[in-house]
Parts: sequence; structure tokens; C-alpha cells
Amino acid sequence: MDTIRTEDIDHDRRRLLGAAAKGIVAAGAASLLPAQSVAAPDDAIRPFRINVPEADLVDLRRRIIATRWPDRETVNDRSQGTPLAKLQELVRYWGTDYDWRKVEATLNALPQFVTTIDDVDIHFIHVRSNHPNALPVIVTHGWPGSVIEQLKIIDPLTNPTAHGGRAEDAFDVVVPSLPGYGFSGKPTGTGWDPDHIARAWAELMKRLGYTRYVAQGGDWGTPISSAMARQRAAGLLGIHINLPATVPPEVAAALAGGPVPAGLSDKERAVVEALMISGKNGNLAYFTMMTARPQTVGYGATDSPAGLAAWVLVHPGFAEWSYGDDTGKSPTRDDVLDNITLYWLTNTATSAARLYWENGARGSVIVAAAQRTAEIALPVAITVFPEDVYRPPETWARRAYRNLIYFNEVNKGGHFAAWEQPELFSAELRAAFRSLRPTH
Amino acid sequence: MSAPSQTRRDVLATTAAAGAVSLLNQQTSDAVEGNSTIRPFRIDVPEEKLSDLRRRIAATQWPEKETVEDTSQGVQLRTMQSLARYWATDHDWRKVEAKLNALPQFITEIDGLDIHFFHVRSKHDNALPLIVTHGWPGSVIEQLKIIDPLTNPTAYGASASDAFHLVIPSMPGYGFSGKPTSTGWGPERMGRAWAELMKRLGYARYVAQGGDWGAFVVDQMGLQAPAGLLAIHTNMPATVPADVDKALQVGAPPPSGLSAEERRAYEDLIKTFKQVDYARIMGSRPQTLYGIADSPVGLAAWLLDHNDADGQPAAAVASALNRTTSATGELTRDEILDNITLYWLTNTGVSASRLYWEYKGGFFNAKSVSIPVAVSVFPGEQYQAPRSWTERAYPKLIYYNKVDEGGHFAAWEQPELFSAELRAAFRPLRQP
Repeated sequence: MDTIRTEDIDHDRRRLLGAAAKGIVAAGAASLLPAQSVAAPDDAIRPFRINVPEADLVDLRRRIIATRWPDRETVNDRSQGTPLAKLQELVRYWGTDYDWRKVEATLNALPQFVTTIDDVDIHFIHVRSNHPNALPVIVTHGWPGSVIEQLKIIDPLTNPTAHGGRAEDAFDVVVPSLPGYGFSGKPTGTGWDPDHIARAWAELMKRLGYTRYVAQGGDWGTPISSAMARQRAAGLLGIHINLPATVPPEVAAALAGGPVPAGLSDKERAVVEALMISGKNGNLAYFTMMTARPQTVGYGATDSPAGLAAWVLVHPGFAEWSYGDDTGKSPTRDDVLDNITLYWLTNTATSAARLYWENGARGSVIVAAAQRTAEIALPVAITVFPEDVYRPPETWARRAYRNLIYFNEVNKGGHFAAWEQPELFSAELRAAFRSLRPTH
Repeated sequence: MSAPSQTRRDVLATTAAAGAVSLLNQQTSDAVEGNSTIRPFRIDVPEEKLSDLRRRIAATQWPEKETVEDTSQGVQLRTMQSLARYWATDHDWRKVEAKLNALPQFITEIDGLDIHFFHVRSKHDNALPLIVTHGWPGSVIEQLKIIDPLTNPTAYGASASDAFHLVIPSMPGYGFSGKPTSTGWGPERMGRAWAELMKRLGYARYVAQGGDWGAFVVDQMGLQAPAGLLAIHTNMPATVPADVDKALQVGAPPPSGLSAEERRAYEDLIKTFKQVDYARIMGSRPQTLYGIADSPVGLAAWLLDHNDADGQPAAAVASALNRTTSATGELTRDEILDNITLYWLTNTGVSASRLYWEYKGGFFNAKSVSIPVAVSVFPGEQYQAPRSWTERAYPKLIYYNKVDEGGHFAAWEQPELFSAELRAAFRPLRQP
């Protein structure tokens, strides 16, 4: 694109864009402000850069220093939530040595764009492979994540030969920010549920000129990618998901308080028991809370950096996270703070929580019937990461997805698979989609 | 004893400086003689804490408006912004502080924890001692308007023989009581602590009352049946029969054979269980709520979002936010903010939440209380306990009455009616 435009979006992002404009102007790249008077075509794809005003970072640090803490939890484990000492240590680092500008530079080193779909600005990273015939893939993050979860898979997917893959395994990668998340716009009305987002992604891929592509997602990315498949998005060849909705009806009934069905295999029974224990331990409370009252939970997470950090870390995907003490393990402390800081700077704690409210009536994201998996005729590939919130058995996956072309349980990685095990995750995508690549 | 929490120590230290009583000396002597002594208590919040609160409110970073035109996503932005504006500019904590300090307040250590309480004795002979327990998101501030009607009934058209001596404690982790530093302070332990408190106050025969968590506490006291406890009164009775409760837990359609009244109660409970996600998160991850310790607006929204029969936030609270004065004792905006400010100044948003984590039992299920029980059913309560269920749940039911007004915060909403209920409910237990 040779012109850069900005326009009225929400207040917060406008500030960032304004600053971005100044940055770009200073760099002599283009003038954003005059472009405002030029009517942009509705489907224009505009380059995007992040340049957070220094005052926002100063304000964040000031708020962190002024944090008023509650008293310590009354237990010696994580059973009441993020322990005070761990959060204080993390937040202290956040307010002193942590450097947002590093990840900002990482993001700005990637081609980023914004395009308006159904009146909401959609931010996305779009990295084309150098290899001819690369397969386009749209990768969707979830909550409490963002495009930052996907940064480590971009090079392995677009540039496989540098990561032990083959040139013919290359992907062109599209990584959008969900509506209400990161640098995408915030919906001001209702209706942006996973089905609506799926239709927007199909439009995005169309605008990018992709006529044959695949989709991938974990967490909210799963229902969204699955909805794309259910909707038979034009050009969509198949999907890969890492939080599949496989729980069969009789098991869903048992999880809701009914009797445990007879005839389960040992493996299935183990999964049922793990899900029951997880429910009893309160692992779903964050889910039901945001489903019911996103605005109420949003005030504290919007006004308090520590409140936001703790709310992000409530996700069971962080249950075993070492708070960065294990420096060799991804996500690192900086990775997690990059993600939390992105939520803070874009003021998206509340808008992101609303996706749960939007999903409301549909219910559980892991129950096959709730997600209408029986309506998916397109090929589906699944990788099970053993430390994810549940370990779907292959038997259930085959019942839920009638066109299951790939099922593999790997030996490491959890809920944030792309973030935790980027190389393994990328290898899985290569293997999963190999059979769907058009022959040239 | 363990050191009092930071917040309360600040407050206590100020009290000492004000010369009301020297608590620091008291702490030294406590180490020697134990803390079963009952120490006078006064509140004097440092001005710096109030200006810090106002500063934080003014500096609030707000989310954008909800994407709906109703309360279905939570407390609405315009509600919060309008409340915050008033809170930071015109609300006066010193008024309620003076009101609280005009009452006899005390602290005594029970079971390793400082318990704050009001103790107002009636001037009438043979007044019946009564301990009244608040709930969440309330505090002793909920009970302020019933103190005079209960201790001084003749000023309210009631007879001297209906007088009560009144004890109103702050629950552990709430208000000016200490914050437990280890687990175990659920309603059961509170029930035992309250019995000890009444004993320490020299009351050999007394009654107990509660709504919300206070109802759980009085049910536990009823089960424990401590010496001297004659009866309990509850305005949030736990009456749901076991089979009905089972259906309720899985969200099943109403079981067959329910009367029209029972069916309505069932439907109200189904609705209520869809409005208690705040309880689920506090019951599982209370420590995650750092935002309500750090953000006044975060705290206020959290405390406002409790439901009643007519809405979430409670219709009674929502209408109070628009009521600036009240001639007849109805809830006002200042009272709502008095209570929220008490949570803020004592930094008890998270410690209060832990009560949900502590309690692992059922909510409205019958609990086999065998001592005499009195029940008032307020129309705005989360469910209207049917007489049939109430009689089964409390075999020694001495009083059951459905009143016309008031809701979940009955004592706060309808102090005179609430007081009249207590007089009527406990009348048969008084000694001639």
C-alpha cells in the first residue's frame, strides 16, 4: 500500500494511531493526517504501526508504583488465585525493568495492517513466505491472549527451511487481533460472536486475495476457525484446532451433574474425571463471570494494572506458569508482560471480556453439540497438547468431527501451544495441512 | 495474637493518637493477659486516606460503554461514572464516621482474631439480648437504622417489653474486624465466635438474627445450639428440600408435585443461580480480585452487582443511587457509598471475598436446624421461601411472616418494618 490512512476508531486506538502517525511523519514515510479527508474505500487495507505515547508508559509505571495491595492469601498455594508475593514480584519488575518498546519494535518489524470489516477495524499481521506456493493460514488467538502469542510461530511457518522444515511446507501467515482485542477496534454494539468473527475472517482472506487457504486456532480461535469451517467459507480447505470441542452429549450431561455414562474407556474416564476435578476446583469461574458480567469485572481490570495482570493470570492455562522464574521456558516473564501491557495500553480488558458474553447462549467451547461440530464437513486436524485444559481422546474427536484428517497427541505444551512450543506447534501445522496443499 | 492488619493498625494508631484509648499499650498488655478483654474502639480515618481515595477516583481509567442499553453486561458505565463523580466530590465519609463513633464500639479477640462490634444496651429492663449479623456486600452499616427501633421501641410505637440489647459484630475479614491470615473462618467458626462473644458480654439468654451471610451464621448457630441461644431469626432462610435442591443444581425444570408457591420459589432460585457468578469467582479465586483492592471504581462496581429478586444490580440498590434524601428510612446514595467507602478504607474487598472460598456447603438447602426459628420473608429477596418448605426445614418454626416491602438488604431498606418483625418474631421467647 502506498497510502496510509487513519480515521475515527475508538478513543484509545486513535491516540496510538495519532502517535504512530507522528512517528511515521517524522520518519518521512507518509503523512497520515491529510489522508483523513480522503474517503477511503470501505475495503481498503491500511498499513499500521504502533507507537505508544511515552506518557502512557509513564502513567502505567506510576499506577504500578501506587498499587494498593490486598492482604496475602490465606493458603500456601495457588488455590485462592494469584499469590500476593508472586504478583508483587511480577508487578515490581513490570514497573521498573520491563521494556514495552522491545515488543513494540518486534511488532513493528512485521507487516501490520488495519482494514474495516462490518464497521470494526481489524488489525492483523500479514507475513508472506519467500517460498512459492506457500499455503495461506489465518491463525486466531484467544483470551487472555493476543497476536503476541503467535509471534514465535511466524518465522517457522513462513520460513520453514530455517527450522528443519521443507520449502513446500511454507505458509503465508495472517494473524488478526480479535474485535475488542489489541489494536483491533472495539465493537460498540452486540453481535460479534465467534460466528460473526468467522465471517469477518473469510472476508479478510478474500480481501487479501487468498482463494485457497486454511485456518488455525486454539482457545477462542477454535470456535472461530470451526465456525469458518461450518460456514464453508469460500476458499477454506480445512482447519487445525488445538482446543477441539469433542465432549460428547452423555459426558456433557455428566459434567452438568448427571450420572457418569457406562462404557467409557480408561482414557475417556480419566478425561471425565479430570474435567470434573477442574470444575470443582473453580477453573471455570472466570469463564462464567465474563460470560455473565463482563462490564462489572472490567472496571477493576481497566483501572488497576495489578488487577489486570491477576485477571489475565487467572486463566487455567497459566496454572503451572513459573512467573518467569524458569527463564528457559516460554512464555517468559517478558512475553507474558508484553501481552498484559498490550491489554493495558489498548484498554481492552472489558471489550475482550465481552466475547464471553457474546458467546453466552452457545455455552461450553469444548462440548461438541454446543459448538455444532456435526455440521462441519470440511477437513479438520487436531493436535492435543498434553497440558491444555483438557486432553480430548481420539475416540471423542472422531465422533465430533466426521472429516478428521489428522489427530496427534504431542508430548509437551499446553493451552498456549503456539507460545509455549512454537517449533513443535509449527511442525504440527506442517504435518496437519500437508494433505490439503493443492498440487501444482 | 497476630499483628492487626496494616489498614486497621493505621486506624487504631490514629485512635490512640486521638487519646480515646491507648491501643498500643493495650497490645503490650494483651501479650501478658491474653486478649479476651473488651476494648473500646473509635474510628478516625487519617485525612490522607480520604484524599488518596478522591485522587484515585479522579484518576480512574475507564472502560468504554457496555454494548447494550441495559444492565445485562454488568453495572453500566454511566451509573459508575455518575456515582464516582459524586463519591470524589460530595460524599462525606466523616458523617458516617461520626455516626458510627456515636455508638458504643468495641474490639475483642476471639479465636485469635480481633472482632469489632457495636454494643448498644436498651434502657429498658429485661431487654432481650440480640446479635445481628450482616452479609456481603454489606457491613455493620446495613444495621445502623435498626439500632434505635430495637433498643428504644417506645419511640417507634412499640412497647418497652419489646426492647432488645443489641450486639452487631463485623464479620472476620470485614470492616474493622481483623483479617484471618489462615483458613477456617467460615460461618461455622463465626457461629462459635459469636456464642463466645455473647458469653463474654455476660448474656446467658439471647437470640440471633441474620440475612445473607448472617443467615448462614445464624443457621450454624442454630445447629451448634450454644448455651443461652433461645432462637434465631433469619430473613434469608435455607429451606430448599434435598430433592428440589438436586434439581436446582443441574438447572432442571421444576420437579413435579410442587405447589404454585413452591414452583415460583423454584423459578426464582433458578434465576438467582444465573446471577451469582460473582459468588463463583469469589468462591474459587478470591485472591485474583486485586483490582478491587487497587481501584475504588473497581471495588464499587463489584459491590454494587449483587442481585435481588428484581434486578442485578439489586433493584433496591439501583433505586437508592438516585435517592439523595430519605424521610422514611429508605436507602440513599450516601448509605451505599458509606458502605463501599468502609470496604475501601479498611481494604477488605479481598478479605471479605474469602468467605465465599471458605464455605463449601449448599446455599439455600435445608440444614436441619432444630432450635426455635423465626422467618420473615421479604418480597425483594432472591427467593420467597414458601411456608411449606420453611416448616419442613425448621421443625421448630415459631414465626413465619411474609411482609409487603423490603428485599435482600431488609434491615437497610425497611428498618422499621424489619424491627417490627423482630419484635413479633421473638415475643414468645421473652420471659414474663
